[in-house]
Amino acid sequence: MKNEEMNEGKMTVIVQTIAALLFPLALIFSFYVIMHGHLTPGGGFQGGAIGASAVVLLIVAYGVKHVEEKMSEGGFSVFESLGGLIFVVVAIFGLFLATSFLANFLVNEPIFGKIPGWGESPLNSGGILPILNIAVGMKVIGGLSAVVLILALISREGEEK
Amino acid sequence: MFEISLFEVLIILLSVFMIASAIIAIWFKDLLASVIALAVMSLLLSLYFYILHAPDVAIAEAGVGACLTTAILIITIKATKRMEGDEE
Repeated sequence: MKNEEMNEGKMTVIVQTIAALLFPLALIFSFYVIMHGHLTPGGGFQGGAIGASAVVLLIVAYGVKHVEEKMSEGGFSVFESLGGLIFVVVAIFGLFLATSFLANFLVNEPIFGKIPGWGESPLNSGGILPILNIAVGMKVIGGLSAVVLILALISREGEEK
Repeated sequence: MFEISLFEVLIILLSVFMIASAIIAIWFKDLLASVIALAVMSLLLSLYFYILHAPDVAIAEAGVGACLTTAILIITIKATKRMEGDEE
């Protein structure tokens, strides 16, 4: 590999092409794990870790400078805070609409209200659990991606000095 | 005599490979090779969790241990130095 490419933090064309192919697939798998969190193994944290590893794949393949133009650390921070806000707001709705904090107030309502029986697994079930899973997934994707992005940025600044 | 099932053979094999890759990770002086050995150990550990009927933990281990930790360590190695013990 040439020295200029190493300094830019990029990898070869083969790695870049494979990363560009794998990035949407990894994101789709991450959303699948998050959305089926209340039915199958996995959930917010696992799906979020897979989604963050998709972003990390882009950072490793294309270099942090190219990635930082498209998605900034501030955007990831806002995304993460939005996830935490949704979690707390849904939990407080449980306090007001039902009995306690984090109470499942959506059971037997038309949306997300169905309780799945033995052997069936409709996506539209589980009360507030899918919403909480989505909130945790947003928080984990934002947090882990921001950590790796900031680490790569700081190490790059150290190289330039 | 002993009767060993397929399950036990698989667990023994996985344990041996995991210990071997952990020793290799310490033994290498090239830190990049050490990180790859650690990623292999993490992947085998997630397979171990799956065999022990904990698919939840297996997904988390494969995502965090084999991918995110490897990327963070590779970025850190890029920022410092690659070989262990050589003074610049």
